Amino acid sequence: MARFVVRRTASAILLLFATSIVVFGIFEVIPSYNPARAIAGRNATPTTVAEVSRKFGFDKPIYVQYGKTMELIFTGQVIDYSDNLNVDSQFAQRFPVTVSLVVPAALIWLAGAIVLGSISALRVGGLADRGLMVTAIVGVSIPIFLLAAVLLYAFAFKLTWFPNTGYTTLVANPAQWAYHLFLPWISIAVLSIGFYSRVLRSNLLDMANEDFVRTARAKGLTRRQVFTRHMLRNSLMPVITMFGLDFAVLLGGAALVTETVFNLPGIGQYEAQAIGNLDVPPIMVGAMFTAFFVVLFSAFSDIVYALLDPRIRLTG
Amino acid sequence: MIPEPDTSRGQAEAEVVAGASPGGTAGIVVTPGERVADPWAEGHHPPAIGPWKLAARRLRRNYVAQAFLVLFLVIVVMCLLAPLYASHIAHIGPNANNITGTVSVGGQTRDVVSTDGVPIGPTFGSHYFFGADSNGRDLAVRLLYGGRTSLLIGGIATVIIIVFGTLAGLLTGYFRGVADMLLRPLMELIWSFPVVILGVALGTALALGGIGPVKGNSIYIPAFIIGVVYIPYLGKPIRGEVLRLREQDFVEAARVQGMGSWRIMLSEILPNLTSMITVFVPMMLAYSILLEAYLSFLGAGVQAPNASWGTLISDGLTYIQTTPTFSLIPGAMLVLTVLSINVVGDGIRDALDPRAQVRVRT
Amino acid sequence: MAEPLLDVQDLQVSFATEDGLVRAVDGVSFTLDRGEVVAIVGESGSGKSVTVMTLMGLTRSPNSRFAGSARLHGGDLVTASEEDLERVRGREIAMIFQDPISSLSPVQRIGAQIAEQIRAHEKVSKAEALDRAAGLMERVGIPRARDRLRAYPHEFSGGMRQRVMIAMALSLSPGVLIADEPTTALDVTIQAQILKEIKQLSREMNSGVIFVTHDLGVVADVADRVLVMYSGRLVEQGTVDEIFYDPQHPYTWGLMGSVTRVDRDPPRRLPAIPGQPPSLLRVPQGCHFRPRCPHAFDPCRQVPSLESRLPASPDHLDRCWLDPADKRTKREIGGRIGLAEGDVIK
Repeated sequence: MARFVVRRTASAILLLFATSIVVFGIFEVIPSYNPARAIAGRNATPTTVAEVSRKFGFDKPIYVQYGKTMELIFTGQVIDYSDNLNVDSQFAQRFPVTVSLVVPAALIWLAGAIVLGSISALRVGGLADRGLMVTAIVGVSIPIFLLAAVLLYAFAFKLTWFPNTGYTTLVANPAQWAYHLFLPWISIAVLSIGFYSRVLRSNLLDMANEDFVRTARAKGLTRRQVFTRHMLRNSLMPVITMFGLDFAVLLGGAALVTETVFNLPGIGQYEAQAIGNLDVPPIMVGAMFTAFFVVLFSAFSDIVYALLDPRIRLTG
Repeated sequence: MIPEPDTSRGQAEAEVVAGASPGGTAGIVVTPGERVADPWAEGHHPPAIGPWKLAARRLRRNYVAQAFLVLFLVIVVMCLLAPLYASHIAHIGPNANNITGTVSVGGQTRDVVSTDGVPIGPTFGSHYFFGADSNGRDLAVRLLYGGRTSLLIGGIATVIIIVFGTLAGLLTGYFRGVADMLLRPLMELIWSFPVVILGVALGTALALGGIGPVKGNSIYIPAFIIGVVYIPYLGKPIRGEVLRLREQDFVEAARVQGMGSWRIMLSEILPNLTSMITVFVPMMLAYSILLEAYLSFLGAGVQAPNASWGTLISDGLTYIQTTPTFSLIPGAMLVLTVLSINVVGDGIRDALDPRAQVRVRT
Repeated sequence: MAEPLLDVQDLQVSFATEDGLVRAVDGVSFTLDRGEVVAIVGESGSGKSVTVMTLMGLTRSPNSRFAGSARLHGGDLVTASEEDLERVRGREIAMIFQDPISSLSPVQRIGAQIAEQIRAHEKVSKAEALDRAAGLMERVGIPRARDRLRAYPHEFSGGMRQRVMIAMALSLSPGVLIADEPTTALDVTIQAQILKEIKQLSREMNSGVIFVTHDLGVVADVADRVLVMYSGRLVEQGTVDEIFYDPQHPYTWGLMGSVTRVDRDPPRRLPAIPGQPPSLLRVPQGCHFRPRCPHAFDPCRQVPSLESRLPASPDHLDRCWLDPADKRTKREIGGRIGLAEGDVIK
C-alpha cells in the first residue's frame, strides 16, 4: 500500500510540473501577442509594460521566464494591473464563498444520486426509474448557466421564494447562508444527479448477476444486507472515483458560471469577470491553481479507491 | 426486494446451442423424429445477419430516436439557411441596429424600441418574430445566425476530434515506442485538465492575439480549441481498443502474410473501430456544442461581432428580470439541439450494443 | 422407514422469456438422507443447476414459475416466503458454487466473509465468529489459518478458495450440502483433494450431499446414488453401481460410452452422442431424447413414465419404453456399454 501511495504521489508531482508548463505555455508562449502587454492590461503605460517585462523576465531566456512566473504566482505577487489588485489575495478572500457553494452542492449531488440510483435499480422499469432516465438525458443536455438562469428567473424573480443575489457567510447567519445558496446548489446538483444515478443503477443491475452476490444470498443474508453490504458497496466505488474527478472539474467550470448568474462573490465570479475583460493575470493564476487542485484531488481519490478495493494495490 | 438475478439470460445458453436466439433471428428447429447431425451441413444454414444490419433494424424500431433525429435535422437546416431567412423573410441582418425603426404588426405600426427603451416583444410575424433586443436587432435572425455559428463550431470541432483522436489512438496503440512515448503523455496531460479550464485558458490567450495567420475573433479559434481539448476523450478509448485488437489472431495472420504496419492499421484494425467511432460522433458533437456555449457565455469563446447561442444567453442575462425571453429562447434552442443529439446518440449506442445480443456462456 | 431429510416431489421450474416458456426442470423427484451423497449428472442445459438452485430459492425472479415441492424439515422450500428462506439458507441447507474466484466478494477479507455467514444466523460477537472461522479454515486444510483470516480472496489459490467456500458452507453444520460443480474450475490435481474434503466433512457432520456434475469420474468417486438428467427431465435414477453397471436409458449408455477408458485400446474416433440437446423452447414431443436415439420406436412419441422396469431393483428408475431384455442387448457396442450410431426412425 505504501508503495502505491508513493508511486501515485510521485506521478502526481510530475503531472503538476507538466501542468504548470502547459499553463505557462498557453499564456506566455503560444499567442502571437506581446504577453507583457496582455498582462499589463488595458490601461498600461509603457513604463508598466516594461516593469511587467522585467518582473516576468520576458527579456530573458524561456526557462528564466518560467521560473519567474512560477515564483510570482506562488509567492502571491501577481498583480492584476487593470484594477491594481493582488490576484492571490483576491483568491484567498473569495475562496470560502466558492467552497460554500461547491461542497454542499456536491454532497447533495452524491447523496441524491445514491438514493435515486438505488431506488431505480430496486424498482426497475417503475415510474422512478423511467423518470430518472428522462432526467438524466435532459440533464446532460442543459448547460449549468442556463439552468441557473431559469431557476433564478422562476424562483427568485417570478415566485420570489428565494433571494436573487447576495451572500451571507456561514458564521454570520447559517440560515441566511443556506437560504441564499439554495438555488445555486440546486443548479449544480440537479443536472448531474440524473447521470450519476443512471451509472449507479447500471452498476447495481450488473452486480445483481454477480456470483458473489449469489453466494451472499446463499449464506442466508437478508435482502437488505445483501444490497447494502455487497451490491451497493461494490457499485459505489466506480461512481465515487468518477465523482472525485468531476468534483474538481466542478470547481473549475460550474463554479464560474453559477457564481456569475447568482452574483456570488467567489473565485468563479472573479475569474469570469476577468475572462469577460480578457484580463490575463487572474485567468492565468486561476487556471494554475485549479489545475493543481484537480491533479492533487485525483491522486487523493485514487488512493482512497485503493484503500477500498484491495485488488488495485497490487497492480498500482 | 433486491434486483432479481436475470434468470432468463441463463437459459439462453440452451437456446444458442440449437441455434435459436431471443433476438428472433431464425435458427434451427428440432422437429420430432428429425435427426440433426451437423448444423452447418447443406440446407441447414441459419441466415447470417451482420452487426450493422442488426443495429439498423433495432434503430428502425426506436421511434423516439427517429423523432429527435428529425428535430435535429430541422434545426440544422433552419440555422444553415439563416442568411436566406435574414434577406428574404426578416429583411434585416443579425447585427443591424434599428433603435428608431418601426414595424407593422397586425395592421398597426409600432416602434421597434419604445421611447423609454423597451424593445418590442414577439410579433410572430416575418419581422421580429421573437421580438427585438435593446438595440433594435431582430432576435429571430440573431437566433438563427447564432445557431449557425454554434453548429459550425461544434461540427468542425467534432471533425477534428474524430480525425485526430482516431489517429492518436491508432498511433499510440499500434506502434507503441516513439509515438507512444511522445503522444501519450501529451494526451494524458490534456485529458487531466478540466475541460472548461483548458478551454478558458486557451480561449482567452488566443482571443487576444489569434494564432498564426488566424485572427483572434475568428470562429475557427474556438472550434480548434474545443477540438484539441476533447481529442484525448476519443484517443484514449481508441488506444485501448487498438491495444486489444492488435493481440488478436487476425492481425497476426496479416503480419505473417507480409502486410506492412500501415496497411494492417488501415485495413484490419480501423474497420473494427468503426462502431466505437460511430457511438462517439454524436457524443462528441453534443460535448462540443455545450463547451462552445460555456466558453462563449464566459467570453472566452466566440468573440464579437460574431454571435452564438452562448453569447446570446449571456447578453440576455442582464435583462433576465424584465425580458427573460432574451436568454431563454436561445437557451431553449440550445437545449433542444443538444437533447436531440443525445437521444439519437443513445439510440445508436443501444442499437450497436453487443450486450443486447445473446450472451453465449462457455 | 424414517422420513428423508430432503424430499423433492415433481419439481417443475419454468421461465417466461421473450420467445415463450422455457421448461428448465420438468418433473424431478428424489429424496436425500443424512450421510448419503446423491450425484446429479447431465450436460449444460439439462436443468441440473436450476434444480439445485431452486432448492436454495435462488431462481426466484419475476419471470420464473414453480410447481411441485421440496420438503426440508417439514417446510416446503419451493413455496416458502423469502424471510423463511433467509433463515434456512446457510443454516439448514448450504451451497458451494462452481467458480470460487467470482463467488467470493473481492473486497471483503476471507475471515469476515465466513464470519458474516455465522453472524447472519447466530448472535455471536465479531471476535467469536472470526475465531470460529479460523477453526473452520483449519478443518478444511488451510495452513496457518489464523494468519490468513485477514487475507483477500485474490491472495489465495483456486484450491484454497474452494476450501474457503466449503468452510463457509459447512460453518453451521447444515443438514443438506449442495455442491454445484465445485471442481470444474480447478486443476485435476486439486480436484481429488477437494472431493476428499467434501466427503470427509459431510461424513463428520452427517450431512446429506447433492453433488451436481457432468464428470462421470467424479460421480464414481463420491456418489452413493445417481440422478441422470436430460433436457429438464430425470431420465434415470439408481445407485452408483446400478447406473455404471446396469444403465437402463440410452442417454446413460451414451454417457458411459463417451468415457475413454484407460484399460482398453484407444478408440479411433472419440465416441460422442450425435446431435445436440433440443432447445428448451421447442422440446420434441414424447421422449426428449428421441431425435438422437438410434433405438427410438413408435411408443417413444408418448412421454415415457419414470418407473422401475426391473422387479429386482425397485429403486432403479428409468424413462425408457424399451424392454429390459432389449436394453441389455442394445447397449452392448464392441464389448462395452455405449450408444450405437445408425439411422433414425423419422
